[in-house]
Amino acid sequence: MTNYDLIIIGGGSGGIAAAVSAYDNGISSILLIEKEAYLGGILLQCIHNGFGLHTYKEELTGPEYANRASSELLKRKINYKLNSMVIDITPDFVVTYTNKEEGYQQVKAKAIICATGCSERSRGAIAIPGDRPQGVMSAGQAQKYLNIEGYMVGKKVFILGSGDIGLIMARRMVLEGAEVLGVAEIMPYSNGLNRNIVQCLNDYNIPLYLSHTVKEIKGQGKLEKIVICKVDDKLQYIDGTEQEISVDTLLLSVGLIPSNPLIENLGVEIHPRTKGPIVDESYQTSIPGIFSCGNSLHVHDLVDFVSLEGKKAGFFAAKYIKNELCTNQKVDIKNGVGVSYVLPTQVDIQNIDELQINFRCVKPFKTCYIIVKNGDKVIKTIKKPYLVPSEMEKVVIKKDLLQNLDYLTVEVVDG
Amino acid sequence: MDKMICIVCPRGCHLEIDENNNVTGNFCPRGVKYAINELSHPERMITSTVKVLSGDLKRLSVATSKPIPKEKIFDVMNEIKKVEVRGPLPINSVIIENVLGLNVDIISTRVLKEK
Repeated sequence: MTNYDLIIIGGGSGGIAAAVSAYDNGISSILLIEKEAYLGGILLQCIHNGFGLHTYKEELTGPEYANRASSELLKRKINYKLNSMVIDITPDFVVTYTNKEEGYQQVKAKAIICATGCSERSRGAIAIPGDRPQGVMSAGQAQKYLNIEGYMVGKKVFILGSGDIGLIMARRMVLEGAEVLGVAEIMPYSNGLNRNIVQCLNDYNIPLYLSHTVKEIKGQGKLEKIVICKVDDKLQYIDGTEQEISVDTLLLSVGLIPSNPLIENLGVEIHPRTKGPIVDESYQTSIPGIFSCGNSLHVHDLVDFVSLEGKKAGFFAAKYIKNELCTNQKVDIKNGVGVSYVLPTQVDIQNIDELQINFRCVKPFKTCYIIVKNGDKVIKTIKKPYLVPSEMEKVVIKKDLLQNLDYLTVEVVDG
Repeated sequence: MDKMICIVCPRGCHLEIDENNNVTGNFCPRGVKYAINELSHPERMITSTVKVLSGDLKRLSVATSKPIPKEKIFDVMNEIKKVEVRGPLPINSVIIENVLGLNVDIISTRVLKEK
C-alpha cells in the first residue's frame, strides 16, 4: 500500500488550493483524488463570468478560473488521479478508491483533506405535492446538460428558488431561446446575489415572485403545468392566490447541502445549520487529522473564498503533519442574536495571528452592527450599511484582542 | 437621483447617482464607471458554448472579450450559434473575430484537446 503524507479528496477549487498550499508549506507527498475526468469541479459547468476578482484580480469565467487553479497544481507536479472515486476511509486513514485503469486501490495518509463539494436539494427535499412527470430537475443538473452536454432541457421554463444557480440558468435558458416565465422565491427576499437579480432577471424582464412557492406539479408523463401560490409570513399557502402556469420544465434552485458521506460514516461531528463538519480555526474536524474546506464544509457564495479556505486548510494540514498544530487551549465560538451560524466554532489561538470568523445573518439588515464578545465583554464592533443572509460575512480579530478567552459570540443588531 | 445595483463584481454595491453624475455607495472606482455607462449605454458580457465537431469535449465554452452593448446580446448569440470548432485549441483562442463589427472577439474559455 502506498503511503502519503496527505490525501486530498476532491479536485475542485477547494481541493486544488489545499494541495498547492500544503505543497508550498513543505509537504510534497500528496495525492489528490478527483472523481471526474477533469480537474476543476463544478466550475467547468459554470461558464458565466464573475469568478476570480479576489484571487486573480480579474474577472474570469468558471472554466478559466479552473484552468488557472489547475495549472498551479500541475506546475508543482503534485500527484493526482482523475476518474477515481473514493469509496471508503477507515479510522486509520486507509483510503479506498476505484477507477477503470487500476481497479480497486488502497492508499494510506497521515492527514486527509475533504473537499468533496455540495449537492443540490431536490424536489423530495422540499416535498412539492403533485404528479411526478419528467421535466422537473435541479438547476445545476440543467446547467450540466446545457453547458457540458449541449442539450436544451426545455422551452417553457419556470424556476423555483432564487439561488444564484437558478438566476444564472434563467438567463442562460433565455439566451438559448427558451421562454422563462418566472422565478418564485418562498422568502420575502432573494437568496441570490444582487448582481444576478439585475443581470439575469431584470435584463430579460423575467418576473421574480417573492413570498411565492410551487404548490402543485401537474402532468402525465411530461410536465404540463405548475400551480404557484403566495405564502404568508409563516411560509404557509394563502388560499385563493393560486395561479396555474403552463410549462415544460421546472428548475429547482432551492439550496445546496455540503456532501460528506465518507467522513460522516467515520463519525465526524456535523454542524446542524451548515450540514458540514464542525471545524476549529485550523479547519480540522472533530476527528484529528481530517480537515475540511470549500462547499463540503459550508456553502460559499464565491469561489474566491473557497480557494482562500482551501489554502488555509492546506496550510494547517501541513502543520498537523509536521506535528506543529496545538489543540490544548480550545475555546468555543457561538452564534448570538441575528446570526445563523459561525465558522469556525472553536479556536486555539496558539495556531493563528488573527482570527477570521465567517458567518451569515438570519435576515436582511439595513444599518447594523456586528458585535464580537468575549464572554459578556464586547471586544469588537463593526458598523455595516447592510447585511443579507445570501452574502457570507466575516470579521477578523487581531490576536491582541483574543487574550484570556472565555468564549466568543458574534451578534448582529440593528443600528 | 437614480438608484442601481452595481453588477461589476459579485459584491453588488447599491449605487446612487445624482443629476450631476456624482456616484455614491460604490466600494471601488469601477462602480462610478459602471453607473455612468449604465445610464448612457449599458453593456454586458456574454458567455455561451459552441458545438465541437472533433475534440475531447462536446461543447466548448466561449465568452465575449469585452462587454457588448445590451441591445446586441441576441444578435451576438445568433452568431455564436452558427459556429462549429475542431480541436485542439488552446484556452482563449479567438473563435469569432470582431463579431458583428463590434470590436469584440468571441474567445474560448477552456482548453480543447484532440479526441
